[in-house]
Amino acid sequence: MSKKTNQEKGEPLLGGSRRDFLKQSSLLSAMALTPGPVIKAAEEQWDEKIADVFEKVQVNLEVNGVMHSVKVEPRVTLLDLLREELNLTGSKKGCDRGQCGACTVHVNGVRINSCLSLAVTNTGKKITTIEGLATNDQLHPMQEAFIKHDGFQCGYCTSGQIMSAVALVKEGRTQSREQISEFMSGNICRCGAYSNIVKAIQEVKNSQL
Amino acid sequence: MNPFNYSRSSAAAGAIQSLVKEPQAHLLAGGTNLIDLIKMGVVAPERLVDINPLPLKSVEKTAAGLHIGALATNSEVADHPLVLQDYPLLSLAINAGASPQLRNMATVGGNMMQRTRCNYFFDTAMPCNKRVPGSGCGALEGYNRMHALFGASDHCIAVNPSDMNIAMVALGAVVHVRGPKGERTIPFGEFHRLPGDHPEKDNTLERTELITAVELPASAAAFRNHSHYLKVRDRSSYAFALVSVAAALDMDGTTIKGARLAMGGVAHKPWRLHEPEAFLKGKPATEATFRQAAEIAMQGAKAYRYNKFKLTLAPNAILLALQTASA
Repeated sequence: MSKKTNQEKGEPLLGGSRRDFLKQSSLLSAMALTPGPVIKAAEEQWDEKIADVFEKVQVNLEVNGVMHSVKVEPRVTLLDLLREELNLTGSKKGCDRGQCGACTVHVNGVRINSCLSLAVTNTGKKITTIEGLATNDQLHPMQEAFIKHDGFQCGYCTSGQIMSAVALVKEGRTQSREQISEFMSGNICRCGAYSNIVKAIQEVKNSQL
Repeated sequence: MNPFNYSRSSAAAGAIQSLVKEPQAHLLAGGTNLIDLIKMGVVAPERLVDINPLPLKSVEKTAAGLHIGALATNSEVADHPLVLQDYPLLSLAINAGASPQLRNMATVGGNMMQRTRCNYFFDTAMPCNKRVPGSGCGALEGYNRMHALFGASDHCIAVNPSDMNIAMVALGAVVHVRGPKGERTIPFGEFHRLPGDHPEKDNTLERTELITAVELPASAAAFRNHSHYLKVRDRSSYAFALVSVAAALDMDGTTIKGARLAMGGVAHKPWRLHEPEAFLKGKPATEATFRQAAEIAMQGAKAYRYNKFKLTLAPNAILLALQTASA
């Protein structure tokens, strides 16, 4: 189906209010008795229109030192904004439910799961992603330590692990192996590189003493 | 994810008005539970009202005790010097829950509003009276390993998943809420409710009310030197409780002057153990005393097909939590 058909024709899309949409969608339910192909066609068009009913919202945020102003649907997560709109694909989508930590980024210096944070709630904030850790060609010490200690295997969780680890050191939660494990528990590594991740963190922590 | 409209409130009155005007509007704070529920199709709000700009983040000492703003994050509360000093039980409980990233996002008010983690509630293909009233309870005859021992009904056997709530109820916190008709307070123990005939209602907050703060009474600081939060779960971190126990004692030498005890993972609400608390008062802090308290705590427990192990686990957890707190 051509996505722009209605707009190209200059036909008005749905009126813009949620109320209108609800009226129209009851109409859709009423159409449940009409033949299948008709409903299908209708539904396909509706999908386009429905998305337009929910107004886009302006988001202004700083990512890795660069200001961005974009209009997004309210349902767009910070993770999807970073990956799909800003082409910063270092932050990974693992579970997309806040359980795996692959999407960990820093918001105003604090680590969070970007998959559970709506982009619109981050307006005015400073975001740091894995792409923002290195200085020119100089890797962040935590990145160097992960390479040195083999703190990964497949690498999918690694950007999240590193973002979490950088925050962990800043939080001072590196007093013991147990404390590091406990406060890194929001980052799952299914390859099981945990012991090397802990070694990498300990090295960075010790180099700062 | 279903689409929704978005607006931002910087004043409590405005946020409350939005709820009055739009019956399908939800408040958004940290979003760690709500966004997940929207993604899973469990809830489908038409509008999210972002209340993060509201000035409800402060944690400060008052004449009554410690005032904790509803928008203070779990991390901010757990790490707050006044919480660590006077109410370490709360810090232990919060840090036993979720992950550091989630605790950095989740708020106190949001944690109280967290929905159950019952798999039948999350799985929209299954019946669930909490999600779709009248559709039945999938857990009752299903895989109910994580489910309730106390206060359940034939309509719902889900448990409240929060760790923070268990410490709050044990410490006798008071919830401050504001609605269209003004402000009121709710004792923490009466904030959450048992499922009864209406499991779709988790708590006694009206739909148009906003939690503004939680207050810990100054008197609860008496338990600061002898408290413990024990959480038993399937792995050592980042998992919901099978059973958890908040134990706090006010000791005079080896004699218990006062006790607070509550359990998590066993009921639809944080389960305060008033009778064991009364029993412990004035008794020597011995294993025999603690075992008797645990026995009293388990009276009326009812297990289901897959959670019978909790009948043994729970009293053992109470014993260990009391022993650790008294040491």
